[in-house]
Amino acid sequence: MTKFRKKVYLAAGYNTISFGSGRKEFNPKKARPGIEQYITEAGRGSIAQISDPKNIDEGVISNFMAARFCKQGNLAGFIPEIDPALEYKPSTRVEGACGSGGLALVTSMKTVLSDLADTVLTLGVEVQNTVKAIYGADILAGAGHYASERKEGHAYFFPAKFSDRAGVYYQKFGYEPTRKGMALWYEQMIKNARKNPKAQEYQNSIEDLFGAGMTPPNPKAFVENLNIYDCSKVSDGASALIFASEEGLKKLGIDKKDAIEVVGYGQCEANLTKQPEDPTRLLTTQKAAEKAYQMTGLGPKDIGLLEVHDCFTITGILALEAAGFAKYGEGAALVESGKTRIDGEIPTNPGGGLIGFGHYVGGTGVRQAVDCIHELTGKANGYQVKINSNRPYALMISMGGNDKTVTAMIFKKAE
Amino acid sequence: MTFDERLQNVAIIGAAGKMGSGIALLLAQEMARLKNKPENKDKNYRLYLIDINLDHLAGLQQYLRTQLVKAGEKACVLLRQMYKDREDLVENQDCINQYVEDALSFIRTGTDLSIVKDSRVIFEAVLEKKDLKVDLLKKMDNLCGKDTLYLTNTSSIPINILNKEANLNGRISGFHFYNPPTVQKLAELIFADNTVQELRDFSMELAKRLSKKIVPSNDIAGFVGNGHFLRDGLYGLREATKLAKDYSLPGGLYIINKISQDLLIRPMGIFQLIDYVGVDVFQSISETVAGYIQGEDLEDDLLKKMYDKKILGGQRSDGSQKDGFLKYDKNRPVGVYDIDKGEYKLFDPQGWSGELDKKLGEYPVGFYAWRNLVADLKKNDKLKTFFQNLKSSNTLGAKLALAYLKNSKEIGEKLVKIGVAKTAEDVNNVLLNGFYHLYGPINDYI
Repeated sequence: MTKFRKKVYLAAGYNTISFGSGRKEFNPKKARPGIEQYITEAGRGSIAQISDPKNIDEGVISNFMAARFCKQGNLAGFIPEIDPALEYKPSTRVEGACGSGGLALVTSMKTVLSDLADTVLTLGVEVQNTVKAIYGADILAGAGHYASERKEGHAYFFPAKFSDRAGVYYQKFGYEPTRKGMALWYEQMIKNARKNPKAQEYQNSIEDLFGAGMTPPNPKAFVENLNIYDCSKVSDGASALIFASEEGLKKLGIDKKDAIEVVGYGQCEANLTKQPEDPTRLLTTQKAAEKAYQMTGLGPKDIGLLEVHDCFTITGILALEAAGFAKYGEGAALVESGKTRIDGEIPTNPGGGLIGFGHYVGGTGVRQAVDCIHELTGKANGYQVKINSNRPYALMISMGGNDKTVTAMIFKKAE
Repeated sequence: MTFDERLQNVAIIGAAGKMGSGIALLLAQEMARLKNKPENKDKNYRLYLIDINLDHLAGLQQYLRTQLVKAGEKACVLLRQMYKDREDLVENQDCINQYVEDALSFIRTGTDLSIVKDSRVIFEAVLEKKDLKVDLLKKMDNLCGKDTLYLTNTSSIPINILNKEANLNGRISGFHFYNPPTVQKLAELIFADNTVQELRDFSMELAKRLSKKIVPSNDIAGFVGNGHFLRDGLYGLREATKLAKDYSLPGGLYIINKISQDLLIRPMGIFQLIDYVGVDVFQSISETVAGYIQGEDLEDDLLKKMYDKKILGGQRSDGSQKDGFLKYDKNRPVGVYDIDKGEYKLFDPQGWSGELDKKLGEYPVGFYAWRNLVADLKKNDKLKTFFQNLKSSNTLGAKLALAYLKNSKEIGEKLVKIGVAKTAEDVNNVLLNGFYHLYGPINDYI
């Protein structure tokens, strides 16, 4: 079993607001911040929590499709824009669709472990509201295999991919219980988001959340097996944090009480050109989680905070099963049991998850890690989870495409 | 000739107007759908758009392009199926662009009527003037084959009259779209006594294809929609004139517009609606219907004065609202016309209009604005509670509103009684689908 040769910490997390429809101040006809404003806000939000930015050794930035959404490439070049002290320092942009953020975390971690850097500023960003959702769907479809999937694919490419999974899952495990679990997932995520001022659904005022979640799908206008509440929204935003070695923490003046430690991880890539072996399972997610468990000797029973990639409600349920929190076919029942609620046994996505917080695609993995920092160090304010001392670990899973690019990371509060 | 064959060659006369342009968009969409069926691949489609105003025709082309893009974006799920055999169209953007080009490719615009000579179906959507319509219909009948079918968008002129005076032998029906045709779900269908069966069937099928709710109306001037709207508007004008004695005419107009929106929970007040339709159009409806219906006063002096002074409302080509009975800023009423002074009196919540609001009194418990109830699944219960509370309220606003509601109900019942509408349900359907009301005028609330 591979072990880290030294300790790696995360600290100084910062999320921007997840901006888009749902936020009262959002008006698609009015000018909005661009990608560099999000990058600088998140980057500066993070370095404001350290003693001196000149002690940052490197930068890593994740993003999916700025080249199409914003006509902007070469994003590593925005790192020095955050602070003049970062000029001429190494910076790297990584991409793995919706799992880009997870790749930023892994890349930063490995950079620290390589001894080539003690501190890495890690960012993730996406700005999607530059185009209407119907054209955004074209851009996001790039997370699938263009040559074999796009022409045959649906107008709403990714919702349809997960709608297909939901359809097979309904057949296997029953429509009613699954649909109920999905609606409850929506309800739990929105309730969490209402506690998080930066969440896109913070101002959501729907009275009957469960009822909304039970809305029958409309295949003529959307997809076969999902309604709009089953989907994460189109979001603009960025997140940032800092990876550091023991030495790095000292250089940045970060107290360990404000940091968390990476205990282990699992990273998996599945073949993009192949269709899922079994639509009712997230097999790549399962493998990544298993790798993280193997590396740490931990298991679901040790996890007191879970951050999963619920780009759709059904994906949240499949992720609970893939990560071992529910048996195959019992994910919906776990949600119904209340255990995934913010005050439950396995608080899941307490900041709202992708459904409630929002999903700025290339930045979501970093956002998940920022939330883990806030929760484990007791700084999550309104959406703070009471971490059970018998379950002191957090597990986050970042997923890209149709369960293709997956990073699982296990954290604990730094000691 | 089958329905689909008819739709291969269509003309719209008066196509650059508010109604004509909407009808053009709806037909262009349906024709594009037909054209893209594999079996129609080699057939030629034509949609002729005729108008007397060249500038408006240029605007129409731009409007169609913009709206076709929006329609394509909305219907992209279906577009991808429509273009599934086109290997070159991969992304949504590709399909939407192609759809717009396909639709525009069969559209021809012009000012010369003679280009419509091969059309198999002709929509007439010119000004609401009988002689103009008759003249055009005659001209087209001379140009076109004797099997061409005519659909008129008249909102008030009896179809039997148009049929007889243009000598069309039953090749005409009334197909009354509501404004704007692309949004309003209603199509009021009116047949002349001898409207040919093929046209009756064509009209029904077309309404279905365009996803319109069909409400039949008998051929009595004004039909169901304007039958109610005209009388409802005239009532508002007369009530405002009565109130003028105590509150001045601008005050009376302000009060009636406010209660007819707020306390009747309608999308807009009655004078805002008249402005939206156009004071000139409303006057024309009034004049037309009054000419055909005896024993009922269907005209109004204040309306005529507004028309004579050319305070006409209506919309600019960009869709913004022109001033009429009310003055508008960003399409919201901000003042009311003072006909004696020839100027607008701006609303003043701290001054005169605020005083009138106080005189109208507090709104009853359970009040909701129309926009807050329109998507509410429990709106019927909420309306019931509100109207109960309205009835037990003793304020000036409540009294005026109840009288207004009672009058609206009487109009609806009268339309059934004199045979304009076949049923109370038809009347209610027109107001629900053509006017966006939350409840029909014939109801148990009052």
